[in-house]
Amino acid sequence: MTAAIALIAVGILALVFGAILGFAAIRFKVESDPLVDQLDEVLPQTQCGQCGYPGCRPYAEAIANGDDINKCPPGGEATIKKLADMMGVEAVPLDAAHGEEDVTKVAYIREDECIGCTKCIVACPVDAIVGATRQMHTVITDECTGCDLCVAPCPVDCIDMIPVKQSAQNWRWDLNSIPIKEIS
Amino acid sequence: MHNVLERLKSGRTWDFPGGVHPVDFKTISNTTVIKRPSLPECLYLTVKQHIGLEGQIIVAPGDKVLKGQALTKNSHPLSVPVHAPTSGEVVAIAPHVSAHPSGIAEATLQIKPDGEDKWIDLTPLTNYQSLPKPELIEAICSAGIAGMGGAGFPTHIKVGVQKEVEYLIINGVECEPYITSDDRLMREHAWQIRQGIDVLTHILNPKHIIIAIEDNKPKAIEAMQVACQENRKYLVCSVPTKYPAGGEKQLIQMLLNKEVPSGGLPIDIGVLTHNVGTCYAIADAVFSGKPLIERVITLTGKALSKPGNVWALLGTPMSHLLDFAEYDVKKQKRGQRLIMGGPMMGFSLRSDHVPVVKVSNCLLVPTDSEIPLTEAEQACIRCGACADACPAGLLPQQLYWHSKAKELDKAQDYNLFDCIECGACAYVCPSQIPLVQYYRQAKATIREDEKEQIKAAKAKERFEARQARLEREKEAREEKHRLAAEARKKRAEATPVKDTADQIDDSVSESDPKAKVAAALARAKAKKLQSAPSNTESTEQPEKAQKSAAVQAAIARAKAKKEQQAQQTAEAKEETPSQKSAAVRAAIARAKAKKEAAQQNLEKPTAESNEPQDTSSQELEVSEMTAEEKKKARVAAAVAKATAKKEAERQEKERSDNSVAGEQAHNEPAQEVEASEMSAEEKKKARVAAAVAKAKAKKEAEQQEKESTDNSVSDEQSQSAPTQEVEVSEMTAEEKKKARVAAAVAKAKAKKQAERQAAQQNDIDNPEDKELTE
Repeated sequence: MTAAIALIAVGILALVFGAILGFAAIRFKVESDPLVDQLDEVLPQTQCGQCGYPGCRPYAEAIANGDDINKCPPGGEATIKKLADMMGVEAVPLDAAHGEEDVTKVAYIREDECIGCTKCIVACPVDAIVGATRQMHTVITDECTGCDLCVAPCPVDCIDMIPVKQSAQNWRWDLNSIPIKEIS
Repeated sequence: MHNVLERLKSGRTWDFPGGVHPVDFKTISNTTVIKRPSLPECLYLTVKQHIGLEGQIIVAPGDKVLKGQALTKNSHPLSVPVHAPTSGEVVAIAPHVSAHPSGIAEATLQIKPDGEDKWIDLTPLTNYQSLPKPELIEAICSAGIAGMGGAGFPTHIKVGVQKEVEYLIINGVECEPYITSDDRLMREHAWQIRQGIDVLTHILNPKHIIIAIEDNKPKAIEAMQVACQENRKYLVCSVPTKYPAGGEKQLIQMLLNKEVPSGGLPIDIGVLTHNVGTCYAIADAVFSGKPLIERVITLTGKALSKPGNVWALLGTPMSHLLDFAEYDVKKQKRGQRLIMGGPMMGFSLRSDHVPVVKVSNCLLVPTDSEIPLTEAEQACIRCGACADACPAGLLPQQLYWHSKAKELDKAQDYNLFDCIECGACAYVCPSQIPLVQYYRQAKATIREDEKEQIKAAKAKERFEARQARLEREKEAREEKHRLAAEARKKRAEATPVKDTADQIDDSVSESDPKAKVAAALARAKAKKLQSAPSNTESTEQPEKAQKSAAVQAAIARAKAKKEQQAQQTAEAKEETPSQKSAAVRAAIARAKAKKEAAQQNLEKPTAESNEPQDTSSQELEVSEMTAEEKKKARVAAAVAKATAKKEAERQEKERSDNSVAGEQAHNEPAQEVEASEMSAEEKKKARVAAAVAKAKAKKEAEQQEKESTDNSVSDEQSQSAPTQEVEVSEMTAEEKKKARVAAAVAKAKAKKQAERQAAQQNDIDNPEDKELTE
């Protein structure tokens, strides 16, 4: 008798908790995978596709599904480190097959050579190129992520990737260069 | 509240944690009056001389400027203008080494003084007390005043605060060793500094005003006390000498026993501090209308023979000041070493061309033994001396480890950004670790990372916006196509007796342009067939008309075959005893029949209104047929496409034959008529193709001389040629190319086929007629 009561009680409890859990699952449903969002936050958002995925978010999704974390050259080591922390895996060196970490660059259109074909505008993932058909195009430097995607489609090869110039504003204190001017 | 002031009045202050007591070396430079060096040969005015943003340059090279004339415009609230320190000519606007630790060249206005030193018209605001405060703040801003203590924060932002100011602290502490510029300024210009304080008091209306001066400057304290004795609100207060008592946060802690919250500003606790130099500049701007064009700079260090303070025009290159102070090269045997600022917080200059800027308060030129070059950094021995020295109460050792290991988030957990970079920790470090450099590097990296983060967020936003836009456009396109398809469907339902040829066109219009060409060919062929049975009286019996048309066409073809071998191959292709060609012809014939029926239907209700029944019955018949016929027609059209293509290849060849044969006279007008009907683009293509064809034809001319002679004789040829031209000119250039290749192959085949198919001709025509009559 006691055993039966115990069983029934436990059974009822199980049902109640099950119902609560079920309700919670519906009530607090998360639309997208929060991990993907977090991973996406870490990625540099250049949308360059060097990882082999069409943009940063698809790569974030791939990482969440178990892809390697070392496929993002623009993010470099810092990004790999952050991704490793998030995924709970060891940080690995950048996979050279996807490119090498490089200085930040921005695209520059040699404007007198531009024929106004709009091909780069179509290629730009962040709409950082302005121009119209048969009109000169130009890059909005502040918006350019340096993804390189506009270089290949240009039929006249008038796009250069120029490293961002160092200024007093973005200068990072260099420990190695002790400025001593030698006077013979 | 009152006991704070009471305590200060009785000469007691609080204390801040840490701090160091370096030897101050102030007597090197504070014993002489502030001198005025001669005008340098050229002035280098860095566009951005303070924290914030640079102004917009409003002069051009070659412009003559007067002393005090604004050279830049403050385009942003965080920017202040730069003014010409003397009259002269703007010789260039070019990058020039800047007064920044990096020494990176920045946009600089170069002014060549003309020696006249002529002022622009100054507009003093002597009656400042009656002016609205915003106007006063605007005057301070346009005078280009930025904090002269060292940080260079735009003063108009600071004085424009909306919050209530309880304490206004005038900072004359000048705690860093060697520097005496504020000391000398207070001694010599206490009165004008007080005027500046008056202006600030008027604007900010603080409850209490404290003028803090370190107790190692008794003469400055005395001078300020004399200047301020009239106003009881002004409290000149001596603070104990301890580095870094001049730090804003440390000074507040010392005077008021209040701590500025981490990441906050002094105004958050009702305090505002201004440097004495800033007060002097404010007084200059308000009472004489002079903008900030010069400042006191201490030239000190034992490598200078005549150290002292000087009034240096902004933009004066350091080399000029070194000459004035009689720099002794021999005393710096290990190379020239110039430090801008004091020994604690200053930085080495990369060149002696660096100009004086608004925040330069000292140029230190030490001998080699005075301030030894930084020795090699040694391992941290964890002595903890740095933690004892830190005036901000941080753990420099932890910050060092994390900064060095690039664990920036951990460094931030240890409040890296509360570090004031005073250098006290590095000063006490027995291992010579340049701790502050590590912190500065870590801070810069964090700031850059934050910037990148913001940029990444923006890029993501833009990327997503773009994706959304592309998606929208795609949907809009699909919707348009869907609506167009519906409209077509409706149209088709409304006029079921539509031209089959058009239907073919419709059905293929969605596919590639080749299909369109094929359809056009099919139409052209239909026309050709129609041209023979021009007698359209027999419209009530379309079957008969079609039959006769087909028969006539067959006859025409037979004639053409006899007379022209090349063309025969093309025709022969049509007559290929296969189901396909039969179906094609059937489709064409049906198309023609429908067209005629439609014409009749249109004509009849108007012209022959007495026969409505007949028409309607016909219509019924036709509409019954349509569903089935449509299907057939479509199938046929697909087949026709294939056939037409092949045919086109052959006809291309024929065309070239014809053109060689002196038929140009006939062909060209026809071509032109067709061409005019074509769009400009098509015309172009056609012309190009024609040109190519002509060229090719010439080559073939000799080869095919015999055949072409036959062609030119033929009367029939003149008729068929224009038709061919229609077809050919409707082809795309691409197809023509293909056609030409195929033509060569086809030519060989054609001859063989010709005889064989001539015999079969009648056999094929008959079944076709049967099918048509059905």
